[in-house]
Amino acid sequence: MSKQTISLNVNGKSVTAKAEPRELLIHVLREQLEITGPHIGCETSHCGACTVEIDGMSVKSCTLFAVQAQGKEITTIEGLGDPDKLHVLQEKFKEHHGLQCGYCTPGMITRAHRLLKENPSPTEEDVRFGIAGNLCRCTGYQNIVKSVMAAAEELNNKEATT
Amino acid sequence: MITGSFEYHQPGTVPDAIALLSKLGDDARVIAGGHSLIPTMKLRLAMPEHLIDLQACQELKKISVSGGEVCIGAMTTQAELIASEELHQAAPIVRETSLQIADPQVRYMGTLGGNVANGDPGNDMPALMQCLDATFVLSGPDGERTVLAREFYEAAYFTARDDLEILTEARFPVCAGGYSYEKQKRKIGDYATAAAAVLLSKGGDGGCETASIALTNLADTPIYCQQASEHLVQNGVSDASIADAVTSAMGQIDPVDDNRGPAEFKRHAAAIILQRAIQQAWSRA
Repeated sequence: MSKQTISLNVNGKSVTAKAEPRELLIHVLREQLEITGPHIGCETSHCGACTVEIDGMSVKSCTLFAVQAQGKEITTIEGLGDPDKLHVLQEKFKEHHGLQCGYCTPGMITRAHRLLKENPSPTEEDVRFGIAGNLCRCTGYQNIVKSVMAAAEELNNKEATT
Repeated sequence: MITGSFEYHQPGTVPDAIALLSKLGDDARVIAGGHSLIPTMKLRLAMPEHLIDLQACQELKKISVSGGEVCIGAMTTQAELIASEELHQAAPIVRETSLQIADPQVRYMGTLGGNVANGDPGNDMPALMQCLDATFVLSGPDGERTVLAREFYEAAYFTARDDLEILTEARFPVCAGGYSYEKQKRKIGDYATAAAAVLLSKGGDGGCETASIALTNLADTPIYCQQASEHLVQNGVSDASIADAVTSAMGQIDPVDDNRGPAEFKRHAAAIILQRAIQQAWSRA
């Protein structure tokens, strides 16, 4: 099948890629656009390591063909913060040891970002239910949940003081 | 995992999609949220040569409640079903069920239409639609027709939908009374080991005025339990009548051994789940 040109807005920048219809969004992001924050974990829609945000939705980018994302706004972990200016979620994951091997972390934080947009003051149960599509095989989730709760609190405090 | 090759189409309207489907015939598949189809394509269990993506068909994205009827467009996602207050007022069982489907990421993409039209016995919406006595609207080259959810499912992945038709919407009456969708699963994201959808309403005399029971993933189709439902209406809701209704419903199921457990275990789980669902629905009626 011939390749198609796909236009996307990734982390605020307009980009184009050429891909066969069967190429998954995660492959185009990583291999063509060199956006390697989203990881390939299971490739079967289970683990959530490939989670990105598309038009305000958390999406597993291994379960979407890149052509389906034509014209859409995509945010990956790279769009949330960078080493010089970490996002509050990244800071809190660091502070609370919300990661060990780090493989699930970009998906986890990208998902948590959307969760806090939709529910800025979640209960612990809300957080656990909200990140149920992201698997972590190291931490047992305790510190991930702590990190997300701490980020929610800090974001709310910032909101209150501005 | 890479799927087989295909050509991608994104029609802007349902008539355009049907025209494409008519032209391409058996080589084409319609894709909605894709969260059942794409995994199947990765395993090469499905190898369509053409994919017709319905995402641009705006007329398929809607939730409306009027004249005592709820109407949901096929491309409405589970996240949208959960978020709709109007729908929650009209049929709270839809949110309760949707929240038990897969995980948040999947619910942003997964659609009502895909979930009901696929014919996968593991999907939760088919039994819900049978419980709600929904009507499905099918659009094809010869126009529209309707099929009752209770008559739609023929076998696993086989439904009354013709290959050239697209399921465009589901309609059902606004619910009265109590409701429950109970689901036993190994973990969040899993399909049901056993699940039950129950609607019950109370009459002025405290009796059971209406009852509707349907079951998920306990046979190769969803199961509408007419006898069990009628039993509750005739005898009211008591421990004894619930036990009889459960026994009747268990006579209809045909679970198979798989990685969710042996059939005997599923029968055991199904009986408990249904009993809980009836009790929960009655407590809310």
